[in-house]
Amino acid sequence: MRYIIQNSIRFFIIIFIQVFILSKIPPLHQFIVPYFYFALILWIPFKTSRAALLFYGFVVGMMVDMFYKTPGLHTASAVLIAYMRPYVINLLLPKEVTEWGDEEPNRFSMGALPYSTYVLFLTILHNGYLILLEWIQFGSFLYFLGKLIGTSVISLLLMLIAELFVHRKTRTR
Amino acid sequence: MRNVFLFLKRYSVLIFFLLLQGIALYMLFTYNKFHNTIYTIFSSELSGKVFDRVNNVEEYLSLKKENQSLRLQNAALLSRLPSGLIVADSTFSFVIDTLRNDSISVVRQFEYMPAKVLSNSVFLQKNYIMLHRGSDQGVLSNMAVVGPDGIIGTVVGTSKNMSIVMSLLHRQSKLIAVMKKGSGLGEVSWDGKDPAILSLNKIPKTVNVKKGDTVITSPYSDRFPPGVPIGYVEEVDQDQETNTYILKVRTSTNFHSIQHAYVVKNILEEEMQELKRKLIKE
Repeated sequence: MRYIIQNSIRFFIIIFIQVFILSKIPPLHQFIVPYFYFALILWIPFKTSRAALLFYGFVVGMMVDMFYKTPGLHTASAVLIAYMRPYVINLLLPKEVTEWGDEEPNRFSMGALPYSTYVLFLTILHNGYLILLEWIQFGSFLYFLGKLIGTSVISLLLMLIAELFVHRKTRTR
Repeated sequence: MRNVFLFLKRYSVLIFFLLLQGIALYMLFTYNKFHNTIYTIFSSELSGKVFDRVNNVEEYLSLKKENQSLRLQNAALLSRLPSGLIVADSTFSFVIDTLRNDSISVVRQFEYMPAKVLSNSVFLQKNYIMLHRGSDQGVLSNMAVVGPDGIIGTVVGTSKNMSIVMSLLHRQSKLIAVMKKGSGLGEVSWDGKDPAILSLNKIPKTVNVKKGDTVITSPYSDRFPPGVPIGYVEEVDQDQETNTYILKVRTSTNFHSIQHAYVVKNILEEEMQELKRKLIKE
């Protein structure tokens, strides 16, 4: 129960940050677009079932799309990383998903190095798919590559800031 | 059949993923058709409401800045009110005159100041033209006023932003003129009848004048730049009593439709006047 409330509050806060703060920062360059909302999918507890995770990803993506007026773009990316998340966790961690209980993926529960790999991989996957979908509609390969690098650097920076400032260490029983 | 269910159960997550991904991509690639769908209407309603709320807060945060810019805009608008603003032309253009004081350097004698014509009349006996340029923009009395086609008149009075020009169509207007061919000196005046016809007197009969000859300003005037057309000879009459012609001259300027004029300033005028005074004193 506690983790439902916690994640709901986090959901609103992060969507708010993404939609009303990050989207309103005057862009430094066309390649540098800050995406941070997908942290919601990265931070949901381990034990969430895969179907629920997919649905959650869909809802998060739809929420962002509603405000960005880009139906489907963020939804597709969010659903993709929600689908890929369990595989990445299984690759990086020896334990079975069901053994984790209420814990969330963070640098204490997973260890710093596996957690960084996890964040890096999913960030690049998310941004890569998002920009690939944009690229299919317009742009050149250089646009794809430049924007992938630009957005990923910014996203990782935002994740780092979030890690430094938000104390998310889950209480151990 | 059982195998189908087993397959579905085994790959249910993948199927769910593909379904959601399919919905997302369908929305993405049919975006243009999506404007009228329930989803868009609903989402616009919702996001619009939230945007509205947040904008309220944002507006509050930027009130001071907003106020400042509104005040600036207000001031700009107030000063732009038609009643409050008169845009007087204050540009200058120089015309190099051929007057020389030695063989190398060229002395500029006339300065042309463009001005807009505000009012004009041709049907009175004393016709005046009002120009949108006054003493603040460098117009003084007795300056010549020239149009694109020829002489218009002389400035007789100025205010800060306006000036009054006595047009050639004025009973008291007198102007020294010469024939372009033959250079006889004469005087242009107006008889008050036809606004297109001036009379030119005192051209001596020794000069051969034909219909259609051009009448220009004399090089001896200290107001008017020399060689500006005044009109073209329309009718040649011999004065029986004197040795001069009485000529009817059709004005080169169409006084009915003057829109723009140039006020001509003689830069050397002061120098000329001073020289005259000095000579008369001695």
